[in-house]
Amino acid sequence: MFTPHTDQETSEMLEAVGVKDMAELFTAIPQKHRFPELHLPPALSEMEVMAEMENYAQANESTKDLISFLGAGAYNHYSPAAVDMLLRRGEFYTAYTPYQPEISQGTLQAIFEYQSLISALTGMEASNASHYDGATAAAEAVVMAYQNFRGKRDKVILSPSLHPQYRATIRTYTQGHADLQISGDKLSTKDSPDSLLSLVDLDTAIVIVQYPDFFGRMYDYTDFIAKVHASGALVAVAVNPMALSLFKTPGEMGADIVIGEGQPLGLPLSFGGPYLGIFATRKEYIRKISGRLVGETTDSRGNRAYVLTLTAREQHIRREKATSNICSNQGLLALAATLYLSLLGKDGLKKVGELNYHKAHYAAEKIANIPGYALASDAPFFNEFTVRCPGNAAEIAAHLLEHGIIAGYPLGSDYPDRSDQLLVAVTEMNSREEIDILCETLAEGHHD
Amino acid sequence: MTEPTIFELSSAGRKGVAYPNPDVPLAKLPAGLLRIDLPMPELSELDVVRHFTHLSNLNYSIDGGFYPLGSCTMKYNPKVNEAAARLTGFAATHPLQPIETVQGNLALMYQLQEALKEISGFAGITLQPAAGAHGEFVGVLIMRAYHQNRGDAKRVKILIPDSAHGTNPATSSMVGMEVAPIPSDARGNVDLVALKAACDDTLAGLMLTNPNTLGLFDENVLEVIRIVHAAGGLVYGDGANMNALLGIVRPGDLGIDVMHFNLHKTFSTPHGGGGPGSGPVGVAAHLVDFLPDPVVTILEPGTEEMAPLYGFKKPAKSIGRMKSFNGHFGMLVRAYTYILMHGPEGLRKVSEFAVLNANYLLSRVRQAYRLPYDRVCMHEFVVEGCWHEVPDVHALDLAKRLMDYKFHPPTNYFPLIVKEALMIEPTETESKQTLDQFADVLLKIAEEAHSAPDLLKNAPHDTPVGRLDEVKAARDLVLCCWIPEGE
Repeated sequence: MFTPHTDQETSEMLEAVGVKDMAELFTAIPQKHRFPELHLPPALSEMEVMAEMENYAQANESTKDLISFLGAGAYNHYSPAAVDMLLRRGEFYTAYTPYQPEISQGTLQAIFEYQSLISALTGMEASNASHYDGATAAAEAVVMAYQNFRGKRDKVILSPSLHPQYRATIRTYTQGHADLQISGDKLSTKDSPDSLLSLVDLDTAIVIVQYPDFFGRMYDYTDFIAKVHASGALVAVAVNPMALSLFKTPGEMGADIVIGEGQPLGLPLSFGGPYLGIFATRKEYIRKISGRLVGETTDSRGNRAYVLTLTAREQHIRREKATSNICSNQGLLALAATLYLSLLGKDGLKKVGELNYHKAHYAAEKIANIPGYALASDAPFFNEFTVRCPGNAAEIAAHLLEHGIIAGYPLGSDYPDRSDQLLVAVTEMNSREEIDILCETLAEGHHD
Repeated sequence: MTEPTIFELSSAGRKGVAYPNPDVPLAKLPAGLLRIDLPMPELSELDVVRHFTHLSNLNYSIDGGFYPLGSCTMKYNPKVNEAAARLTGFAATHPLQPIETVQGNLALMYQLQEALKEISGFAGITLQPAAGAHGEFVGVLIMRAYHQNRGDAKRVKILIPDSAHGTNPATSSMVGMEVAPIPSDARGNVDLVALKAACDDTLAGLMLTNPNTLGLFDENVLEVIRIVHAAGGLVYGDGANMNALLGIVRPGDLGIDVMHFNLHKTFSTPHGGGGPGSGPVGVAAHLVDFLPDPVVTILEPGTEEMAPLYGFKKPAKSIGRMKSFNGHFGMLVRAYTYILMHGPEGLRKVSEFAVLNANYLLSRVRQAYRLPYDRVCMHEFVVEGCWHEVPDVHALDLAKRLMDYKFHPPTNYFPLIVKEALMIEPTETESKQTLDQFADVLLKIAEEAHSAPDLLKNAPHDTPVGRLDEVKAARDLVLCCWIPEGE
């Protein structure tokens, strides 16, 4: 298919190598296992494979077919056409990791700009070149904190309102460290984050909270972080970067680490990936963070240029002494976020943030006015909020799906004490008409 | 000419993308919780398009030229992959949608799992890992869980041949394992005497890259696996070099217990300037229950009229979740597109031509470059990038000189067991003409190294920037061009 040699060329090459046929190249393979028959469908041409892929795609009902208020860590936003058009430049997407800086300045400068934009957005001093996603960035924050105290502090405290999949990922990542204890996520999610403070002690390495939290609630963590710091522990704040278009930054609140899911910054939903793990920190911890970093320097001709730096931390140099094995990261997605933030700029990003805020608040107020429905919290929120329903939320969501509406994310499977609750996200993609239809359908359902 | 940064290009008050006015009443913003300033750049769309087009022109890429980067499998990335992954029905589906609304996605993931099982000879597959190193992490966590589940917690030793990837020891450490290196023998195989001596009742397993980073298939692979199994250990296969094995041999058939794939190497998903990757893991039957949560499965079998109902399942003894959501789905679409376009014969051709191209290129350059292990290679080969007559010329100089001839350099200084290593992997998608041009340049540079060594030592001459001051970068540590106010 993509093997270009003519038969003539193949024979010439076999002769140059000094073998009589292709099979002779594989005599090192144990004979009884050599050349197995693969039971796979026969090859398709490009037009046939594209038709096949369209069949798969059409077997879905996407957020374009349905009215969707689904968030819970991934959000339906508009991405300007220029984002994807620039991403499709082969010079970007068919390049490798920029290990040869003389011929990779495009990728290197773009990552440097990504690091700068993420620092500015989160209010932090340094960002790495990305992790896989929000969950793995959270896990890397735990590993970094543990290493920061050389294993002498072995307690990790996770807010119960941190994304359930982030907490699950942290537990998987740390299962090789038998001494590390994770607590906090069995506390009640109804309490304020201050309830976590009773667990913080001199053995605590890190506390992780979320902003907005999994239920959409926004807290000013400034005092909270100061109290954790009094015990010497680090605080990581997991963010929805889109909320930082309007709201106070974790940097301003005193956070040591900001992690987050970068998907809202112009990346397609794409059924969960590839997304973008944001990881930013303060200067004093730069040498402790894992993942690639791009630094500014000069070249032999005296020009400003960029290069991967502090590589001595990384697995290919430190081998078994490295604290993380990450090499491939989310380079192209970091570029997408860079393009998105550059295209929207100061004005556009604020406008999108406001659209999300106002639409979500319109929806929340309207839902709360439906008999039987109420908001689960009176804390401030950005574009997502939790609704208490008059019955089982999963059943109500299933009923709305029959009307072509994904009403939100039913919380019962992750939080059994919230089985009557629905997490509802509203973005700039949801029109007032869609919100009104949601509310009408919820109200009708109640009268059934 | 230095390209300004996006912040330097900013003009206060300039606007980029416009958005509609709100179609709902305005809500009150919580005053105490707002940010004071949003220090984002201010540019027009054209400013942004020009800037990133300029930047793209500073990059080398597969679309632009030959990229013989050993162990990275920089093959051509078919354009149809990109079109498929961007179909609205895929790209606009949310990961938490009810399963009945995403049966197309789940069916595709299930079929990809089945195809990877067939290609590799494994009994179970997870598509969740985000990259090869992430897949390795899954694999070693599974090995740990397997021993723990048998009540054999003392097995903490992982053997790693000295020809292994750097990720292997880092991964083992992340899982709390102890790493013990195993030397290679004179033919580049795992040294069987050293292997036997290292196998005891603390052995958790061996991490085997095969073909190894010398590009050589271990001639004693069955014996290596037998020895490890006899000592109660498991064999991890590093599948980074799977491009040599499609339709040639199935790692599962050899007795390997667990292996990761790199869809961004073997199955043509683009490298993206450093990611995203995708690193599915295959396991033998005795490890299926330990796979990450969740895997895609058939919840209700189909009938003649009805398609099956696909959904998610948590394996019985799962190591847990490795990341959010469902893996790098967009990469899975690309890889499955590639597999369907090739079929069984096409996949075998991929590996046959990958190996032929490597051997052909080797035959063209071996007169001028020393080959430390003289055997038929697989998809890549390693030569020494140095000559004793000109001790001041190093592999790095040669790599930089290649850039002047518009070629991407091979991987250099790896594997560590070869002096001044140059690891060359041409891949199957390159034509004989390209291979000949590259070979001619390598021969010319070998000649230059002797006749005009400064040409190499001062290279590159003809690139957007010259050699970089890496010491300054690490010392000054400028990682951000945005300076907070007040500093």
